[in-house]
Amino acid sequence: MSFNYEQSFTIQGGNFTDAGEVSVFIKKTLQKMGIPSEILRRVAIATYESEINIISYAKAGVIYIRVTPENIIINIDDEGPGIENIELAMRAGYSTADEKIREMGFGAGMGIPNIINCSDDFTLTSEVSKGTHLKIIINISTN
Amino acid sequence: MTLFDIIDILDAKVLVGRDRLNMEVKTAFSADLLSDVLAFAKAGSLLLTGLTNPQIVRTSSILDIAAIVLVRGKVAPDETLRLADELDIPILSTRYILFETSGRLYEHGIKGCVEKVGRDDYVSL
Repeated sequence: MSFNYEQSFTIQGGNFTDAGEVSVFIKKTLQKMGIPSEILRRVAIATYESEINIISYAKAGVIYIRVTPENIIINIDDEGPGIENIELAMRAGYSTADEKIREMGFGAGMGIPNIINCSDDFTLTSEVSKGTHLKIIINISTN
Repeated sequence: MTLFDIIDILDAKVLVGRDRLNMEVKTAFSADLLSDVLAFAKAGSLLLTGLTNPQIVRTSSILDIAAIVLVRGKVAPDETLRLADELDIPILSTRYILFETSGRLYEHGIKGCVEKVGRDDYVSL
């Protein structure tokens, strides 16, 4: 099977009502392409956690996804507060979420650890008061 | 076990998905924290929760959750119900509390979709 697809999505920060809409769309699109379900699930979780992060913390952000025959590359760039302590952010249970985020059922400090669990390759770079960049790679072929 | 059986056991009402009640389920995940649902719930499971916002439906769709059971007699807002209908995820509502809901289903053979999570150095208590 040979996959080729790319698309960018702009996410508005603070738009809690639609939180997750883009990720559900991405999942359905990749599902129609015939991406295997275990891979699809990891892509869906990684994009969803990222989308929730943009909505929760940033002014705006972009999710860019590219599907090649070998892997799925997801780039996330946001204009947000940045992450002061990346090591802490990557630790399960650490969170800076406010009441609004917690009311929605998020902010348990599982987001980034969960994205890492779903990734074959993961990089996070961040600059305080500028924004955060995530690069997630999920391999399609396991051989 | 089908959703029909679950409705019987939990004396539940169907809010969405009346036409999909013959769906089979074997496992469940209970939580009021979607972060944990996303980290630990498995495809094909029931989600038992007291949350009612549209994100319970989107989270379920992302994870291929089979159906949602609202506990403590919760009724979901229209936007949640509309979305569940659109994404084809049945929603039931029971007046039992989360503990009772989980316990009654367990007694009838539904198991947790995972038993334990984390490593000693992963989730610190």
